[in-house]
Amino acid sequence: MGDILPLIVAKYNFWLYIVLMMIGLYAMIAKNNLMKKLVGMNIFQTAIILFYVSIGYKHGATIPIIQGGHGGHSAHDAVIHAADYINPLPHVLMLTAIVVSVATFGVAMALCVRIYQRYQTLEEDELRMRVSEMITHE
Amino acid sequence: MKFFGFVIVCLTGGLLLYGTMDLPDWGDPGSPASTHLSDYYIEHIVEETQVPNLVTAVLADYRGYDTMFETAVVFCAGLACFLLLRDFRPGKDRYFRHVPTGVMLHFKNPDTRLVAGNEFEHMDKEWVPSDMIIKTVCRILIPFIQIYALYVVAHGDFSPGGGFQGGVIFGSSLILMAISYNLKTLVKRVTEKFLSIFAAAGVLIYVGIGVAAMLMGGHFLDYGMLAPLLPSDPGHIRALGMLGVEIGVGIAVMAVMVIIYINIVSEGRHDEGL
Repeated sequence: MGDILPLIVAKYNFWLYIVLMMIGLYAMIAKNNLMKKLVGMNIFQTAIILFYVSIGYKHGATIPIIQGGHGGHSAHDAVIHAADYINPLPHVLMLTAIVVSVATFGVAMALCVRIYQRYQTLEEDELRMRVSEMITHE
Repeated sequence: MKFFGFVIVCLTGGLLLYGTMDLPDWGDPGSPASTHLSDYYIEHIVEETQVPNLVTAVLADYRGYDTMFETAVVFCAGLACFLLLRDFRPGKDRYFRHVPTGVMLHFKNPDTRLVAGNEFEHMDKEWVPSDMIIKTVCRILIPFIQIYALYVVAHGDFSPGGGFQGGVIFGSSLILMAISYNLKTLVKRVTEKFLSIFAAAGVLIYVGIGVAAMLMGGHFLDYGMLAPLLPSDPGHIRALGMLGVEIGVGIAVMAVMVIIYINIVSEGRHDEGL
């Protein structure tokens, strides 16, 4: 027990994101309502986004916008140290991931609307019942 | 099923927690993710592109293909929502309100026609008068939100911002209009045709800039080749190219957000809804 505590303190960000991710995964597996499954998927995606952004963090560094870079030529003289700015790459990747999550969420909600229009329910067990009823009627 | 899911979640979570032992500490500057490529980006972007915002520079220049297909993904999401939900059949029941008296008319026959002029207003079944306070506050706020969105798009090179963020802010200002008034007010001002053309035009602007660079003799999306086209400082041309691309992204994202919203809340009929 004495060994594991400093380990958690040094990496508490990962532990928090994994807990969040597992909440989302549980919602996707165990919830009966399709809308709740979608919310679980969004929680999962948010946890991954937080995970990536936290990888890019550096102690004592600032946001990845070069100071004095606006002026043009003056920026060339000053030497830019990589340790002064956090890693921009995870931010870029997650910017696109956020867009993908919005797109998937929009399409998934459109599908939910269509399912509701046809079967009048979004509960998974009722859906299964309605579908099997339809098959037997045919 | 619930118990089974809980067991799976616990197992996966335990494995992942065990895996964190090999990951670098929080904020460690020497972690593998922050050493190789990231250092190159931070130290060379300003001299190569003259854009101080590293995130925008990587997004729109070094990873230009990625962002282009990202815009295409957004466009496809809007298209998928449209194809799944859009319903052109006129509704069976239609409701009209006589504005001066507030009397409601209910039409059950879809063939009857009523010339909805100044006195009659086509409306929803669950119509409630919009609240005056909400309407007034939103009417004052919406222009400022839109100006801010344009600022975020235009300043993406120099401060936090860019096409995706600005587009979402602009789209949300239009969605706010639909929420505070009603959907018909929005659809009357921002028609479906307008939105579809803008969604396609955004992607087209992005691809067009890439093709223009090819026509000038460079590679696809090589903004440096656009220098003869624009009367500008040649060193600054990459920032301008990125700005053009970001404008395209912003337009596409704005239009697609509104398309998704309108189709989902009205189940594709574009008449009622929130």
